[in-house]
Amino acid sequence: MFIWKDILEMSRNIPLHQVILNMEMFETGVDPDEIKEKLSKMLKVILEEAETQYGKKHETLTGMTGDNAFKLRNHTPNFLSKFSYMATVTALSIAESNASMGRIVACPTAGASGVIPGVFNAMVKIFNPTFEEMLEAFIVAGGIGKVIADKATISGAAGGCQAEIGTAAAMASGALTYYIAKDAEKVGNAAALTLKSIMGLVCDPVGGFVEVPCVKRNGNLVNIAISSSEMALSGIKSVIPFDEVVDAMKKVGSSLPQSLRETGEGGIANTQTAKSLVSNLKIFLL
Amino acid sequence: MNLLKVVGPVMVGPSSSHTLGALRIARFVYKFIEGRPEEVSFILHGSFSKTYKGHGTDRALLAGILGLRQDDPEIKNVYEIADKFNLKYRFLFEDLGDVHPNTVRIRVLKDGMTHEVEGSSIGGGDIKITFIDSVPCELSWDYDTLVIVNRDAPNALKSILSTIKVNVANLYLRRVNLLQERALTIIELDEPINNLEEIRKLPCVFECYFIRRDD
Repeated sequence: MFIWKDILEMSRNIPLHQVILNMEMFETGVDPDEIKEKLSKMLKVILEEAETQYGKKHETLTGMTGDNAFKLRNHTPNFLSKFSYMATVTALSIAESNASMGRIVACPTAGASGVIPGVFNAMVKIFNPTFEEMLEAFIVAGGIGKVIADKATISGAAGGCQAEIGTAAAMASGALTYYIAKDAEKVGNAAALTLKSIMGLVCDPVGGFVEVPCVKRNGNLVNIAISSSEMALSGIKSVIPFDEVVDAMKKVGSSLPQSLRETGEGGIANTQTAKSLVSNLKIFLL
Repeated sequence: MNLLKVVGPVMVGPSSSHTLGALRIARFVYKFIEGRPEEVSFILHGSFSKTYKGHGTDRALLAGILGLRQDDPEIKNVYEIADKFNLKYRFLFEDLGDVHPNTVRIRVLKDGMTHEVEGSSIGGGDIKITFIDSVPCELSWDYDTLVIVNRDAPNALKSILSTIKVNVANLYLRRVNLLQERALTIIELDEPINNLEEIRKLPCVFECYFIRRDD
């Protein structure tokens, strides 16, 4: 079981990404080089798909989304930095590709699969890092995700959207922070700041399908990951340590009613517009 | 949950339980019958029967039964692939009783033989195979799996196990038919076996299938 406090303790003398690989070896018996090799394959798919899908129109399964990435790509940003803009377009692109049965890496889940490609694609385009540098940041993202998976849950059905997109964003903010500062403590602060900002977010997909609001949440949450990382890099600390934030998130998740955990019955799924959309969909769905 | 599972896997969207899990159940059947069937019926239960199109479960199932891998970008075009192979397919809807909401029963015809496998997609792409040819079981397909129809007689299991050279993780044995003296043995293994023919030639073995796990 991964506990952030332990990871932090061990990373005093060993680089954080190496600590994560070592801990995984102790737990599963798998050689760190082998894990690294498999992770690098996944990162390659993430980068390839981000490149191919960037700003494309998609024909999604229900048609409720599909042209959002395209719209944003053809728009000149007023407020977002170049980095945030690229990350947002990428996150929307992958989320819409996912909704149209495209190839994705379920990092950490299919529904939240846009956030990590968002930050990594922007990293490639803006900072031109080496693959090894990106891989190290990706391993750190994995370590954060595993802390949440071990201590709480990464499933929307179990813990609400805070557990899915929240985990994705916490992983992304940790990866960004590690890439810039190589500082484990700052990484933990970035992840904690992110998770605290989206504590309580419910899972309320219209009709139960992974499109509304999932696609645009990927686009928005990648920005929370970026701003949390920026704050942590400036030295801002999370008053509540990451481990305790995760525990709190778990408790909030289990106190959410069933209707707000991926059943498509509560939240925006229960609005008049959502209901009429779904009843129109049913005609050609069944 | 291990690190690779948190970070991955590579798959096609939109949902691990509706596409990945469904595809893996069908792909298990594809490997079980050692190739594409001529005919297939997918009997969908619960949530699978209500939302299968909006989640792409229909295409995932077809892709799996045709042997496509979980990350194959062709999955979205699988209806054309199925037509190319002249696969006869049907989607039926039935209440399969007190089972997991995401459950499918797959009936296949290949080389004149009919098989029926039931499985549930239990979340995160994990599956549970619950019936093979009407014999209840509980397989995760996290292991290399041997399915054997053998003689329901003393020492049958002993001779099978002594022929298997790799470590057995889990084992199920159930009587199928007392009159025909038939039993079904399911063995989950830590590693693949390389002497399948030897097992098939055992006098107590009628049928033997080996389903390798996906890496």
